[in-house]
Amino acid sequence: MTQRILIVDDEPNIVISLEFLMKKEGFAVAVANDGDEALAQVASFNPDLLLLDVMMPKKSGFEVCEALRADPERAGLKIVMLTAKGRDTEMAKGLAIGADAYVTKPFSTKELVDKVREMLAV
Amino acid sequence: MKARYRFLVAVMVLGLLMTGPFMVTLLLVWLDMDQAEHDLLVHLLSSHLPVGVAMTVFGFVIGVLILNKLFRQYVDGLLSMSEKLRLMLGANRNFRVTPEGPPEVQHLARAANDLAQQRDVLLDDVSEQIAAAKASVEEEKNRLAALMSELAQAVVVCNLDGRILLYNNRARLQFKALAQGPTSVSGGALIGLGRSIFSILEKNQVQHAEGVVRQRLAAGKTALSNFITALRGGQLLRVQMVPVLSGSERSDRMSGYVLTIENITRNVEEEARRDQVLHTLTEGSRASLGSIRAAVTNLIDYPEMEPEMRERFLGVVGDEVAGMSQRLDRTMVEFSDSIKMRWPLEDILGIDLIAATQRRIEEKLRLPTKTEGLDDALWVKADSFSLVFALLFLASRLQDHYGPRELRLRLSAQGRLAYLDLIWAGPAMSSETFYTWEMESMQVGAEASPLTLRDVIDRHGGEIWYQREKAAHRAYFRFVLPVATPEVEAEQEDNKRGAGRPEYYDFDLFNYEDKSIDLDRRLSELTYTVFDTETTGLQPSDGDEIIQIGAARIVNNRLLRQEVFDQLVDPERPLKPESIPIHGITEDMVRGKPNIDLVLPAFHEFCADTVLIAHNAAFDMRFLQLKEKRTGVRFAQPVLDTLLLSAVVHPNQESHKLDDILGRLGIEIDTRHNALEDALATAEVFLRMVPLLEKMDIVTVRQALEASEKTYFARVKY
Repeated sequence: MTQRILIVDDEPNIVISLEFLMKKEGFAVAVANDGDEALAQVASFNPDLLLLDVMMPKKSGFEVCEALRADPERAGLKIVMLTAKGRDTEMAKGLAIGADAYVTKPFSTKELVDKVREMLAV
Repeated sequence: MKARYRFLVAVMVLGLLMTGPFMVTLLLVWLDMDQAEHDLLVHLLSSHLPVGVAMTVFGFVIGVLILNKLFRQYVDGLLSMSEKLRLMLGANRNFRVTPEGPPEVQHLARAANDLAQQRDVLLDDVSEQIAAAKASVEEEKNRLAALMSELAQAVVVCNLDGRILLYNNRARLQFKALAQGPTSVSGGALIGLGRSIFSILEKNQVQHAEGVVRQRLAAGKTALSNFITALRGGQLLRVQMVPVLSGSERSDRMSGYVLTIENITRNVEEEARRDQVLHTLTEGSRASLGSIRAAVTNLIDYPEMEPEMRERFLGVVGDEVAGMSQRLDRTMVEFSDSIKMRWPLEDILGIDLIAATQRRIEEKLRLPTKTEGLDDALWVKADSFSLVFALLFLASRLQDHYGPRELRLRLSAQGRLAYLDLIWAGPAMSSETFYTWEMESMQVGAEASPLTLRDVIDRHGGEIWYQREKAAHRAYFRFVLPVATPEVEAEQEDNKRGAGRPEYYDFDLFNYEDKSIDLDRRLSELTYTVFDTETTGLQPSDGDEIIQIGAARIVNNRLLRQEVFDQLVDPERPLKPESIPIHGITEDMVRGKPNIDLVLPAFHEFCADTVLIAHNAAFDMRFLQLKEKRTGVRFAQPVLDTLLLSAVVHPNQESHKLDDILGRLGIEIDTRHNALEDALATAEVFLRMVPLLEKMDIVTVRQALEASEKTYFARVKY
């Protein structure tokens, strides 16, 4: 069955690429533009993996991640944090609050795709 | 037995001696004789008796006179001499006995005088040695104080109670600059001898630092502690504390501490700005680069994608690249100062730089210089040595090529840039010539620099160009330099007050403990605020108002002429023309000054923990008290009145006006009837009165207050 990926980012320019890539890889893709929308989409779209930007209006990626990790029903949901914050302290925080991977922009699309495939065991 | 009685006894003895033998002989002869012989003797005697009696009386009188004279000379004379010797012993050291009377007494007097002389020489010697010792201690103190005052760092020395024993000029200026509010001393940045450092710095932080220093001291480590503290106004101070160890053999006992204080607000702000630049340039670019990279990879990896998709990816690249360029431009504009390579530049007053340049050009090139259009308040950031040399180099090139009769220098400001122009009259020069000058190593006569003009300009983050003023037939080189915001600059204004060295230190305060006002402390030990007011008139209850308050502090029996309060007050009502000649304050002077609502709280803060002193204090206090309700500040401390104290020490004098007291006590004052000058005069008067009061056994403040109350003048009420 097709696995589902939710892309959460407020910058349309990166969303275009991510959406294109993930569709090419054969995933079902949905997009959310801020934290609140992300939580709503998780409930309705029921994704297997989240590509989650940290810096967003309304709710930050950290908050979204924490909220999802607090929900035991979503324990199987994979979360990949995408961020323009390159400091290792932030990376540590992301992983500590339950992200499965932390990718710093700019990133290699190939590596990102490999990582997603690996995490979804495709 | 008193001398007088002894004299009477001696007179009686003399009488007996003169008459006794004759009488006794007569009696014996009389007893041996019969009746006939008795008659014969009586007959013989009675005819000669008057002569004999007369002779005896005469002899007796002579004897008494001689006796009297001897008594005067040897008994009375010695008595009065001994009194004089006592005088010499005590009250008047310089008194000498005049040798008079018989030679023996004179010898004695001379011997006594010689002894006194010998004693005086010894005494003088001792006092000279004491004075010399004192002077050398004083000199050491002064040297220390002088050293401190020259330091570019702010230094404050405190005892363990946090009382300030010493501060330097830099500290004074720094805290003055921190003071906020309408008056010169408001805003909790009051620095002063005997004042608490905790009014400026956070007490807990200082005490914590003190604890750290003690621990390090006990552990045998370098005893110092650093902390950064934020003041009310958001200013940041970096404070370093080192201990003052007591001079005794147990040298690890701490008796106070030295604080060096640096205002780092600006450094921190600058660093924060630089951080921000770094941040915008790194993190800010990540997101855009991320989008571009992903889009470009997709374009490369999927060349066969449909044209609409390709267009969108190309759109992403164009969009993000444009955004990044814009961001970069904005950063450059906003933070240009912070990202330039930084050669350490000093802040220098522009006209000082110009003066140095003129001197160099005239000395080295014998070329006259003039200035025009100088902005004399402009500070620039410059490496003045290389900059002056660059100007000299250009001047010498101009002299070689165009032989101008004179050069002119001009300085102006344009926003955050300073323009320094080197102007000459002459023909146009080619831009190539200037280009070669710009790029060659600078040399003037035998003096050479490895730097080029361009290097110097780059070092300043500046620019230089050549420009013509066609209308005036002249041209100039324009140096563009960064403008500096000057740091607090030492002002000379305060030094004209109070001749001599500033009183920024008082080491006797080391042993000065809790100094909340205790009425039973000695007058000489307390801290006082001596003040005076000028008013619109003499009727506070009829609406007369304060127009000036002047005050100075007395700490440890010393008048501190540097720690003064001097403030004009807007009375918010017209001045009375007849009062203007008295105080010399005009309408123009008070309009726009802070009103009493602002000034009184500041003055109240200035007076904290001190006894107030004023001349005719009842008058000034009345003015202050009438404002209590309006301003919410109460002057509840004890008040001494020099008018009443004068009546205490000189009860028989008619006048106790300040001028008359000044004259009586031999105090010379330049000007009067300015609140501050009058306060200072009053302070001098008080200091002279303290020893006079002590002689009357009025030693404590309580005693002084009680004695004042009893004087006649105390009954006059306002």
